[in-house]
Amino acid sequence: MSLLVGAFSTACVLAGVFFFVAGTAGLIRFPDTLSRVHALTKADNLGLGLIVLGLLPLAPGLGAALKLLLIWVLVVIGGATAAQLIGAAAARDEHAMPSPPSGGRGLGEGGVP
Amino acid sequence: MTEILLGAAFVVLLSVLAGLWRVLRGPRRADRLMAAQLLCTGGIAALLLVAGAYGDGAILDVALLLALLGAFTSVAFVMAARLVGPR
Amino acid sequence: MTAGLLLDLLLALAVLGTAAWTLAARSQFAAVIGFVVTGLLLTLVWVRLGAVDVALTEAAIGAGATGVILLYVVARLRGGEAEISAATPSRAQRALAALLALSVGGALAYGVLSLPDPAPSLAEAALAGTAPLGLGNPVSAVLMAHRGLDTLLEAIVLVFAVLAVWSMAADHRWGGRPGPVFQREEHGPLSLLARILPPVGIVIGIYIAWVGADSPGGKFQGGTILAAMWVLPWIAGLVRPPSVTDWRLRLMIAIGPLTFLAVGLAGFVVAEGFLAYPPGFAKPLILLIEAAMTLSVAAALACLIAGPPERRRRA
Repeated sequence: MSLLVGAFSTACVLAGVFFFVAGTAGLIRFPDTLSRVHALTKADNLGLGLIVLGLLPLAPGLGAALKLLLIWVLVVIGGATAAQLIGAAAARDEHAMPSPPSGGRGLGEGGVP
Repeated sequence: MTEILLGAAFVVLLSVLAGLWRVLRGPRRADRLMAAQLLCTGGIAALLLVAGAYGDGAILDVALLLALLGAFTSVAFVMAARLVGPR
Repeated sequence: MTAGLLLDLLLALAVLGTAAWTLAARSQFAAVIGFVVTGLLLTLVWVRLGAVDVALTEAAIGAGATGVILLYVVARLRGGEAEISAATPSRAQRALAALLALSVGGALAYGVLSLPDPAPSLAEAALAGTAPLGLGNPVSAVLMAHRGLDTLLEAIVLVFAVLAVWSMAADHRWGGRPGPVFQREEHGPLSLLARILPPVGIVIGIYIAWVGADSPGGKFQGGTILAAMWVLPWIAGLVRPPSVTDWRLRLMIAIGPLTFLAVGLAGFVVAEGFLAYPPGFAKPLILLIEAAMTLSVAAALACLIAGPPERRRRA
């Protein structure tokens, strides 16, 4: 492996790791559900995307490289759909009941099953 | 390179595990779901990094299966949460 | 190997932590999320232990399918608080269960720790028996040939599980369609996902089942993906589950165990006994069983997720 490829891989992987850390920080620190959805999609799309980009030059063959890309595409479309559904439900909740405690709707309060 | 990739896997996993605080805390089901989804993506990233570190192609299949079922499971959970919730 | 060691330590602690939290969770919904998260972490543990076959199974069945089944159970239990609290074990019963689990776990730990070094292993014998079968994956060889009886019984258990779920149906609903009704949404992210994911997912499911002969994978993992690819359009309201009296559904559930049993019985005539394969024909026969079993696993898991018939039969 040439030095340049190694440096490229390392840089991409580290950038991906950074987005995972940033996504988690957002998930923990952001004040409401909708902003947290926003933080989550960064980790999904950019974090995993950059890690996949960094691993591509290390892949042993074309098949493995295609698999890496397919994994990223699957995570992105799955994550995007789930984020849309969660966001829509959260927005409905906010609309119906501006202050969360007690009796949310749909995806609202999780106290009682 | 192996050490760098394994180290990266460690940091990613540590980070998304910290995100599990949202599963504990909630307050909404949506927040718990998001933390679980982040853990799934982080787990896939860790698997890819471990696969890259050892050059083991079979681990890629585990990541592929997780990516596919993760997409399905998160959606199934959101829809089930709708069924569970008080209308 | 410091990074690897740190990773393993983190995983071990995380599995224990999430497992404990799952047990302590107040709401059932949160407990199911904890269960799935624990399964996900266990998948990583199996990969780190070098057991990729087990990791695939844990990811597919342990975390994915079981998690979704449990969650739809929680959804069905809503409104039944009185029955739930009547069926909840008392504090003493729970303490007894914990004691039992601890003693089993302790005995297992003692057994593992007191193994001689190197531990006795049948790996050599299993590897030696793999090549004549024409398989490249020793795990598949153990499952399909050396311990074929166990796998046959597992396959039959799956059919019984579906029967048990169906037997929960009220009499007047027998013959109806299983599961809750999901609203059909023509536009929107869910129906888009339910249209674009299954074609890709079905190919991946068949791939995972197919590579099982030579590398980690197999019928249970591939079948779970196929089941998920049917459940997704159902959740999106695009398709309806077939009636439990549909003979095609019943045939699909039974075809795997029946094929397995037929090949096993044929062993009496063409080979040296039950579940023995005639020399030279082992691989084609195993592939035939695996293919039929993949279909049956997919149908049975989909039926387990969908649940018993919940709607009255249409006249």
